[in-house]
Amino acid sequence: MRSPDSPVLTINGLIKDVGPLASLDGKMLRVVSGLSLVAERGQVTALLGANGAGKTTTLECAQGLQKRTGGSISLLGADPDTAGADLRSRVGVMLQDGGLPPSARPIPLLRHVAGMYQKPMNVDALVERLGINQFSRTSVRRLSGGQKQRLALAAALIGNPEILFLDEPSAGLDPQSRQMVFELIAELRDAGMGIVLTTHLMDDAERLADYVYIIDGGHNVVEGTVAELLRHDHAADSAITDRTLYFDAPGGLDFTGAVSGGLQITETRSGSYSITGAITPKDLASLTAWWAERNIMPASLRLEARSLEDVFLDISGRDLR
Amino acid sequence: MSKLLSPNAGPASLPRRIMQQGRYETITMLRNGEQLILAVVLPLMALVGLVVTPLLDGLGGSRVDVATPGILALCAMSTAFTGQGIATGFDRRYGVLRFLSTTPLGRGGLIAGKILAVLVVLFLQVLVVGAVAGLLGWQPRLEAWLPAVGVLVLGAAAFTALGLLVAGTVRPEATLAITNLLWILLGALGGIVVPAERLPPLLQGIVQVLPSGALGQALRDAFLLGAVPFPAVVVLLLWTILAGAAAVRWFKWN
Repeated sequence: MRSPDSPVLTINGLIKDVGPLASLDGKMLRVVSGLSLVAERGQVTALLGANGAGKTTTLECAQGLQKRTGGSISLLGADPDTAGADLRSRVGVMLQDGGLPPSARPIPLLRHVAGMYQKPMNVDALVERLGINQFSRTSVRRLSGGQKQRLALAAALIGNPEILFLDEPSAGLDPQSRQMVFELIAELRDAGMGIVLTTHLMDDAERLADYVYIIDGGHNVVEGTVAELLRHDHAADSAITDRTLYFDAPGGLDFTGAVSGGLQITETRSGSYSITGAITPKDLASLTAWWAERNIMPASLRLEARSLEDVFLDISGRDLR
Repeated sequence: MSKLLSPNAGPASLPRRIMQQGRYETITMLRNGEQLILAVVLPLMALVGLVVTPLLDGLGGSRVDVATPGILALCAMSTAFTGQGIATGFDRRYGVLRFLSTTPLGRGGLIAGKILAVLVVLFLQVLVVGAVAGLLGWQPRLEAWLPAVGVLVLGAAAFTALGLLVAGTVRPEATLAITNLLWILLGALGGIVVPAERLPPLLQGIVQVLPSGALGQALRDAFLLGAVPFPAVVVLLLWTILAGAAAVRWFKWN
C-alpha cells in the first residue's frame, strides 16, 4: 500500500564496488549488487539485514557520501552525487557513528547546525522533546551511547527535512529513550516526513516500519509491509511455521497422538520440547488433556507467533547461505 | 502536523554558512589548550630567545627586527598546518566531516570555514606577537604591512593545503605526529625563524624551496627591505597549488 505522491527516494539497480585497498586480495569488492527500493512520504521504510549486508553503503550512496558504481538514485527528484545546498537542506542524516565533534557541548552544537538553515526547528523545543536538556552541559565525548544517539537525531532533524535517514537509530538506546525516539519517529512520519532507516533488529522493523526491504548480500531479497511479510509463505518450504509452542517437561516423553499429525514435535534438549506448525485451539486442548491424564505439569509453557525474525532467518537461510 | 516540524525553508545563504562554520572552528581552536601553546606560547618564547641571544646578529637589522617576521611565519605554520591539520584529522576520524558535508554547509563550505578560521586565528596571533615584539623594540615600516599581509595569507594557504593533505590521507594519530614533528623540524631548520644563511651549507639550498624557508624569507624581506622576493612567492604558490591539488585528489572523507 504505497502512497500515490512522488517518492522521497527511488533507488534502481544500485551497484557499489569498493577497493582495491579495502579488500585483501587487491580486487574490487562488490558490496551492493543491484539493490532497488522506493521510499514514500509519510512512511517509515526499513532496510533490514545482517551486518555487512550493504545497508549503510546503500544509505551513504543515497546521501551523496559515496559515489555509486552503477544504477540510479533519485533523492527528492535529484541525483545525490550532484546535490547542492538546496537539496541538502531538505535531507536529514543521522550517521551510524554519530559524526559529532567530541569536544562540543550539545546545545551550542545544535545551534551551530541550525545556523546552516534558513528556518530551522526551534532548538529549545527539540532539546526538550528528546530529553537533551538532561545532559546539555556534558561534552559529546562523555555522553553515553544513547545520549549521543539522541543528539545525532536532533542534529539530523534540526533543518526540518523532508526525508530523514537513520542508520541504526536504536543502537545503544535504553528502553526509555528507545520509546522516546520511536514515538518521535512515528510523529514525524504522521506529519508527512519520509523516513528511511536501517536496522538489524527485527523488533525495530516490526514496531516502526510501514514497509520493509530485507537486504542480504548487497541486494533486496524480499519486500512488503510487515503484515505482508508475516503472511509471506514460501509454500514449498515445510520449515515455515505459523506458531511454535515451547514447553519444559520430564525428558523422553513420546507425544505421538497428543496433537494433530501435521505438527512437528522436537525435543531440542532433554526435557525441552517444541511443537511447530499450524497449531489450533484443538491441539492445545488435546495436549493439555494428554498431560492431565498422565499428571504431567510442564515447568514452563510459551506460545509464539511467527515473527519477522523467523521470516528473515528463513529467507536469508534458504536463499543465500 | 507535528508541533516541532515546520515546512522546509531551504538553506541559509552561502556567506552565512561559511561565517557560521568559520566562527565555530575559530572558537574550537581558541578553546584548545595544546593548540594555544603551539600557536602563541612557543612562538613568543622563540621570539624572546632570539632577542636575548646573538644568533641573528649581523643580518642587517636589530635582533627583534630580524626575528619578528620569522616568528609571524612560524605562527602561520602553527595554525594552518599543525593546528588545522590535527583538528581536521580527528574530525575525519569521528565522522564530523561526513556529517557536516550532508548539511547545507557541504564539503566546499566546510573547507572555506576552515580557511576562514585559520585567517582569524592568524590575525589574532599577529596582534599578540606584534604587540610583544613592539614592547621589545620592533619598529616595522608602515608600508611593509601590505605586502607582508599578502605573503602571510599566501603562506597560510600553502600550509593549510599541506595540513589538509596530511589530515585527509593518514590516520589522525599519524597526522598528530607528522604535523608536530614537521613543525619542530621546519621551525628549527626549515629557514623559517633562522634565515638560510645561518644554517649549515647543506641545508641552505634545500630550505629555499621549502614553504617554510620561502615564507620566512619573504616576510623578512618585506619587513626589512620593503620588497617581496619573487622566487619565494613562486615557491609558496607552487606549494599551494600542488598540495591543494593533491588534497583534492587524495583526501578521504571517511
